[in-house]
Amino acid sequence: MDRKQCCVKLSVQPSRGLVDEKFVVLVQNAFPGFQLTVHAHHQCEDGHGWEAFGHYTADATGTVNVSEDPSLGGTYSGAEPMGLLWSLRPVPGSKPGLRMRKKNVQTPMEITVSVYQGHQTEGFVDQVPLTGVVVERWYMAPGVQRIPISEDGLTATLFLPSGPGPFPGLLDLWGGGGQLVEYRAALLASHGIASLALDYLTSKITMETGKMVDNQYFETAYRVLQQHPQVLGSRIAMLGLSFGTSVTLKMAVYSQVVKLRCVVCISGSHVQPVDGSVEQILSFFHKNADKTRFNEDNEAIWRDLLLPIPTDPSLKVDVGRLQCPLLLVVGEDDQNWPAYESAMDMKEMMERAGNSHLLTILSYPNAGHLIEPPYTPHARASSFRTVSTRLKLMALWGGQTAEHSRAQEDSWKKMLAFLRENLYGGTDPGARSISHL
Amino acid sequence: MRKRTRRGQRGLGTPHALRTDPTPQTAMLRAAPPLLSVQPTRALVDEQFSVLVEKLPLACPVTVRSLHHSEDKDDWEAYGFYVSDHRGVVSVSEDLSFGGTYTGKEPMGLLWSMRPVPGSRSGLRLRRRNVCGPMLVNILVYSGHEGFRGRAPLASVLTERWHMAPGVQRIKVGQEGVRGTLFIPPGPGPFPGLLDLWGGGGGLVEYRAALLASRGYVSLALEYFSAGELQSADVEFSYFETAFNIIKEHPKVMADRVGLFGLSLGSMVSLYLASESTVVQPRCIVCISGNYCYPRGQMLRGVNENLRKYFDKERVDENNHHIWRDISLEIIKDPAEKVNVSKISAPMLLVNGCDDQNWCTVETAEDITQMMRAVGKEHLLSKLAYPDTGHLIEPPYSPHFRATNFIVDITKKKVILLWGGQTKPHSDAQEDAWRKILSFLQHHLYGSPTLKARM
Repeated sequence: MDRKQCCVKLSVQPSRGLVDEKFVVLVQNAFPGFQLTVHAHHQCEDGHGWEAFGHYTADATGTVNVSEDPSLGGTYSGAEPMGLLWSLRPVPGSKPGLRMRKKNVQTPMEITVSVYQGHQTEGFVDQVPLTGVVVERWYMAPGVQRIPISEDGLTATLFLPSGPGPFPGLLDLWGGGGQLVEYRAALLASHGIASLALDYLTSKITMETGKMVDNQYFETAYRVLQQHPQVLGSRIAMLGLSFGTSVTLKMAVYSQVVKLRCVVCISGSHVQPVDGSVEQILSFFHKNADKTRFNEDNEAIWRDLLLPIPTDPSLKVDVGRLQCPLLLVVGEDDQNWPAYESAMDMKEMMERAGNSHLLTILSYPNAGHLIEPPYTPHARASSFRTVSTRLKLMALWGGQTAEHSRAQEDSWKKMLAFLRENLYGGTDPGARSISHL
Repeated sequence: MRKRTRRGQRGLGTPHALRTDPTPQTAMLRAAPPLLSVQPTRALVDEQFSVLVEKLPLACPVTVRSLHHSEDKDDWEAYGFYVSDHRGVVSVSEDLSFGGTYTGKEPMGLLWSMRPVPGSRSGLRLRRRNVCGPMLVNILVYSGHEGFRGRAPLASVLTERWHMAPGVQRIKVGQEGVRGTLFIPPGPGPFPGLLDLWGGGGGLVEYRAALLASRGYVSLALEYFSAGELQSADVEFSYFETAFNIIKEHPKVMADRVGLFGLSLGSMVSLYLASESTVVQPRCIVCISGNYCYPRGQMLRGVNENLRKYFDKERVDENNHHIWRDISLEIIKDPAEKVNVSKISAPMLLVNGCDDQNWCTVETAEDITQMMRAVGKEHLLSKLAYPDTGHLIEPPYSPHFRATNFIVDITKKKVILLWGGQTKPHSDAQEDAWRKILSFLQHHLYGSPTLKARM
């Protein structure tokens, strides 16, 4: 048995972390100057293998600290503490168009982090590493409760933070792919916000009747959240990504029922028939389907469907009427929606209306459409089936991996700060005094 | 009209003391609670955490408290009194506690100063049995200082404290008559190994071996007599040799890198094996609160003969806690009963508390030093002696147990034994000792590659 480097020690701290927490990967006891590869492997729920790796050289004490030392090559380079996670990509031989999304948030993602001798780029599965550890990444903090909601015809899941409450609340909307996507709401609850993940395109009612939900569906979701005994009814936010932005802006500006403390819109647009239902908005997009382009890899680019940004006010949510803070997060390389152009137009509208002090725009060069919680892999393109057309295509989302991952990390941090400031801060009748307890 | 409350899955139990059911009518008027965060929320028991309370009113007195419901159904708590700063923030890592179960700047005080809540049974000791799951510790914030228990908490966060890192395997051992549990680190191996031996209380205690495996050592937690059954224990030293071999011969263990780790009686066994056994050649030895008196020619139950012989030296303090220290001082006077430590050729780390009221461990360590010095082997010895520290030197952030219930084998009586130590210095000792123990093990069992290159 070759015992040259049998005693290399690897530690990852914390070994059990939340998905948005940083970890420190430390290799010790290697020979000084030794070349090694730090490798991460994950098998997702669908059974696909994902891997990432960085090339390092041990220093004079035989140590590699992934947080401080530069990777000289691999799936990421430079000093990247979290590169082993955000640069994860399907292992060679995988089918194309994969996207990693956790469905069961009650169990952790398990990542095996290993150290291999030398600077390797392939064949990891055929080798025995020098050492390896298992790391868990959780979407749910301990004590967070997951509560399926089906009352009043809703298809939703409520995540309550740990503790007695009451907590500020948040309505969490994803985009045109539909489904009930829970992981972001679970993570927000782990940060003290009672979050309701809402399925509004493939809800039970829609699947059974074939009819899209109406505006009342969202108002019902809002009411359910507002009236929950562990939710502070006057401190509710709404978060939408992609098509979820369309719904969020509509509710924020026009709904008589939904009163929001603040709004976050990621990779979306205000362009829509102003009085339209979900169904009408979808057919408005579908009318422009001939503007779909395909790149040389036959990936669909949909950003032109809403361009140019119309001047007709009946085709844009009147954000000049917004009365609460709005955070827009956009990727400048978004190939799916014209999020950047929409953000610029919204800014202009709000400046004209005099409420632009409510607006914050986070715009990231070389970031794409899918701006997700940090340290999760970037998909520049993936298989996508829209709810309306039922066609399965390869959608081009955009973004360059390193910059997109930086955008995810930065925007998540700023979004959490924005939500905390608006949901936990500020005044309320009886606020800022705990003498009544 | 009472609105329906939706209580779906409550995966983790919430003790009665914490449930608040505010009426929906007041929901709209309530202020946002302070924002309490603990990082990390899931950690190994020897890892630090930071507790931060934000969005408090300014200059606001609050109590930060930990609460744990043990497997034995007792409630344990610790708490500190704080005052928020000009930003409405309390940081347990940075700020001073002005009172409670700990004072001063103590990032981990909420764990090491834990004790049974008022009204609990006496003489309790907190020892985790099920290492496959975490200890659940709730961290809570209350307004004000005195009388906080009468108020509902403002916020709370549940944290997990684990003895097993992800990927560590737990395997019951039952071959060759050896009873124990083997813990194997994740990864291809091979790894150094450790035989983990506890003391006179007996039974199978897994948590330290689980933690050592989480730090990279294949560790066997060995049961060598049932709790309270030392008197009738039929254990010969060959039992320990067999156990040692089980580790040594394991496919994931480096056979020439197996050490011994013992506390109290377990230390005595370790020293005896290292000096007398032809089979056991430990790479290194850790002895915590060790004694070295071995009943020559007898099986392990002979240990009780010494105890019985000098039992009249037992004292009780003003709380009726039993002190055995003076018994041990008598026992060690007889050279015939001591392990011949000068025959040991492995590096040893002796960890003791100067306020040990159960065994004269510091005097023992001094005597061992003399014996090693006489044969020119003092360089193998490292010693740690901590002031105001007692007998039960456990992994860091474990609560301190100055005196706990114990069933005395020879009298079959349940007494409260005095282990010694004052909580703060004892907890500092546990933290310092663990760090040094891990460093010692790493040095001797993982070795330094530069040393190897020179050979």
